[in-house]
Amino acid sequence: MTVLMVVLGAAVGAPARYLTDRAVQARHASLFPWGTFTVNVVASLILGVVAGAGDHVDHLVATLLATGFCGALSTYSTFSFETMRLARRGAARLAVANVVGTLVAGIGLAAVGWWLGHALA
Amino acid sequence: MTPNAPNGDHSGNEPAGNEPAGNEPGGIVDPDVDLHDPAQLVETAAREWDLVAATSVGGVLGSVARYGLAVGVPHGTSAFPWSTLIINVSGCLLIGALMMVLSELTESPHRLIRPFAGVGILGGYTTYSTFALDVRQLLAADRVATVAIYLTATVIGGAVAVWVGWALTGRLGSSWLAGGDAVAAEVAR
Repeated sequence: MTVLMVVLGAAVGAPARYLTDRAVQARHASLFPWGTFTVNVVASLILGVVAGAGDHVDHLVATLLATGFCGALSTYSTFSFETMRLARRGAARLAVANVVGTLVAGIGLAAVGWWLGHALA
Repeated sequence: MTPNAPNGDHSGNEPAGNEPAGNEPGGIVDPDVDLHDPAQLVETAAREWDLVAATSVGGVLGSVARYGLAVGVPHGTSAFPWSTLIINVSGCLLIGALMMVLSELTESPHRLIRPFAGVGILGGYTTYSTFALDVRQLLAADRVATVAIYLTATVIGGAVAVWVGWALTGRLGSSWLAGGDAVAAEVAR
């Protein structure tokens, strides 16, 4: 049953990243990977809320949202690949900005989400 | 031999300027969606359901693999998140290899391969949100040294893994291509 929740969440989360990435990239001509940045920080926020709510959220619902949806919505491989591409293209500052920006925003929003989930639950 | 060698082998006998924009040195930045790649602009223009479906199926496969690894290598909220680190670094190795194959070693890969394998499987397998939450939980448990090691290992390990996957596949692929009759003929043409 738990695996089924992972399947359901991921079946929605992965195409959600793809479509969000396309929608965001279509509005930004810059080299900075705004699409991946957006999905990663949004997924970090949602996961933070779910984790912060703890036992107040049903185990199966939490698995669907956390392991399934947020896990598939966010990506580390694309983030790392894009950073390498920026560096290889000579855009070292953008590569560093991508790493620092995603770390600060992602971890920061995970913390904010955890606090929110904890306070609201 | 540099990681760019396979690309150089393909275009070596052609006049410069015949290269499509997507194959410029350095290639695309975003393996999911890169608007500098004309082929992917077509994708953006027409949101076909099969691309979304391929991403979804791939995402399920990758996510179930990630779930299996997380269950197999469990860690508490104040322990070192080995499973997340292993997942993300191995996913980086694989995306480096995949992107080398798709952008440098193959002329025109099937349009569903990148959405299925790259966006879907590897995107579903690797996770940024769990990584971010791992760090938050470690900080809340005052495990500052563990955070420092985890952050460094993930960022540096991921970057090195992407490069190793990319370069190693390029090296293996170019020697394999050089040995293959059909492609060797094309390179010689």
